[in-house]
Amino acid sequence: MVEVKNLVKRYGDTLAVDDVSFTAETGEILGFLGPNGAGKSTTMNIITGYISSSSGTVTIDGCEILDDPEGAKSKIGYLPEIPPLYIDMTVRKYLEFMFSLKRVTLPKREHIDEVCAVTKIKDVQNRIIKHLSKGYRQRVGLAQALLGNPPVIILDEPTVGLDPKQIIEMRNLIKGLGKKHTVILSSHVLSEVQAICDRVIIINRGKLVADSSTSSLSQNLSRSNDMTLRVVGAPTSVLSALRAVEGVYKVDKGQKTGDNCCEYHVYSERDKDTSKAIFYAMAKNNTPIVMMRGNELSLEEAFLRVTKSEPHIADKSERGGKG
Amino acid sequence: MGAIIKREIGAYFSSPIAYVVIAVFFFFSGWYFRVMLENDSSSLTYLVIGPMFVIVLFVLPILTMRLLSEEKRQKTDQALLTAPVSIWRIVFGKFIAAEIIFLCCMAIFVPMTIVIAFFTAPTWGIIFCNIIGMILLGSSLISIGVFISSLTESQVVAAVVGIAVGMLIYMLDTINSGIQIDFLKSIISSVSFMTRYTNFTSGMMNLADIVFYLSVTGLFLFFTTRVIDRKRWS
Repeated sequence: MVEVKNLVKRYGDTLAVDDVSFTAETGEILGFLGPNGAGKSTTMNIITGYISSSSGTVTIDGCEILDDPEGAKSKIGYLPEIPPLYIDMTVRKYLEFMFSLKRVTLPKREHIDEVCAVTKIKDVQNRIIKHLSKGYRQRVGLAQALLGNPPVIILDEPTVGLDPKQIIEMRNLIKGLGKKHTVILSSHVLSEVQAICDRVIIINRGKLVADSSTSSLSQNLSRSNDMTLRVVGAPTSVLSALRAVEGVYKVDKGQKTGDNCCEYHVYSERDKDTSKAIFYAMAKNNTPIVMMRGNELSLEEAFLRVTKSEPHIADKSERGGKG
Repeated sequence: MGAIIKREIGAYFSSPIAYVVIAVFFFFSGWYFRVMLENDSSSLTYLVIGPMFVIVLFVLPILTMRLLSEEKRQKTDQALLTAPVSIWRIVFGKFIAAEIIFLCCMAIFVPMTIVIAFFTAPTWGIIFCNIIGMILLGSSLISIGVFISSLTESQVVAAVVGIAVGMLIYMLDTINSGIQIDFLKSIISSVSFMTRYTNFTSGMMNLADIVFYLSVTGLFLFFTTRVIDRKRWS
């Protein structure tokens, strides 16, 4: 269990982390969401004891990071944003070094084999890290964090720089880890956090702006009914037909995408699914829809929405539906 | 700590640094040894270990330059500082690793002593005194080098500053001879590495000299831990 209380980090006059408190329970995957420079990495660096907080406490399974740094650190596996790899070593040698450094008491060979198997780096064990691709380096970094089976695993943007296939693999791996460990991971990709995490904390400019379960967050955000259409037909007739659909409050004409074909951005009222009505309206109007897609919220829009609908930090129950 | 020592020694030998440093050390000590033999003298200590003072000054910054600077540049310090190991152990482990390489350099004195022992009976006491002197000198310089390495992210800067400090240490006595103020003169001569080293090479083992070198070593290792710790708080 990780307990963070009133964490503050000051760099000169700027507040990098401003009074952040949260708890991550055992067996929970906690997502740490925020734009670049929001203070995610700083918070993680404080939790892992890499840097010190200006004030506030971090307790890992009962060990306070400043009072008992070695006790707390031995309970954490940490994958920083840039994997801390000695690029001149082979993967195996590096993991052996980290194993001894962390003073892990498990049987050495078997445990390293096991970690390599979990992170799928068995076939690159004897290669020098310098020659590995970004995806493999990330996995070696994760393997290092898993050494000693620490109860808490902290991952700072674990999927950055990976290709789509690797991202899916990494996500599945993290989901698997969440069964046995407490996992805290940071990301600036909303969909990623939604896909992996049980609970999400949103941080912006060092401040905690939301703390809710992923499902309530999704509910909150799925109320976006903005979509983009591509319709064949005369723009004037399409626009007037679209505006006539019940629930639609705004239609913008987008760029022209072909002969007699245009894109339209349709904004509907909240809690109203207008897609079917739009389909029939267009069919009736004899202007066929050739493409229809819902617009995903950008992180900034999500922030606005989350902070607007929940002015105070949301409780962990499913209050999100009200908004 | 054992893990850090092992890794550092591995890193020394998987890069050219250890080989180059040891080769340079062997070359110059061998050179002085040859000169000594040509002069028909058998004073290994005074004629070989004495002049090695300068070589040690220039060679040890190369050994210590990357110890902490490279960790910072590669961000591997995050692994070290988030592992359940105290800063003191990290710094001391790195110091010991450099010290071991330095002892590898000094291994050349073993065959030299054997060669001399064929021709004449070596004065073991003096040789022993010299070896201790060089180890102490090396320790203090390695400690200073580790400290310099903790201040920068660039190995080159660490090496240049380290060598500059070495030159300053070397010139300290020359500078001092030009100073007229007695007070200042006595302070500078009391921190002279050369004078204290010469005591050892001429076979005098003073407690004050031993304490001096050990204090310098301890002090700069302590400073290093403070530098690392301070960075965490700022």
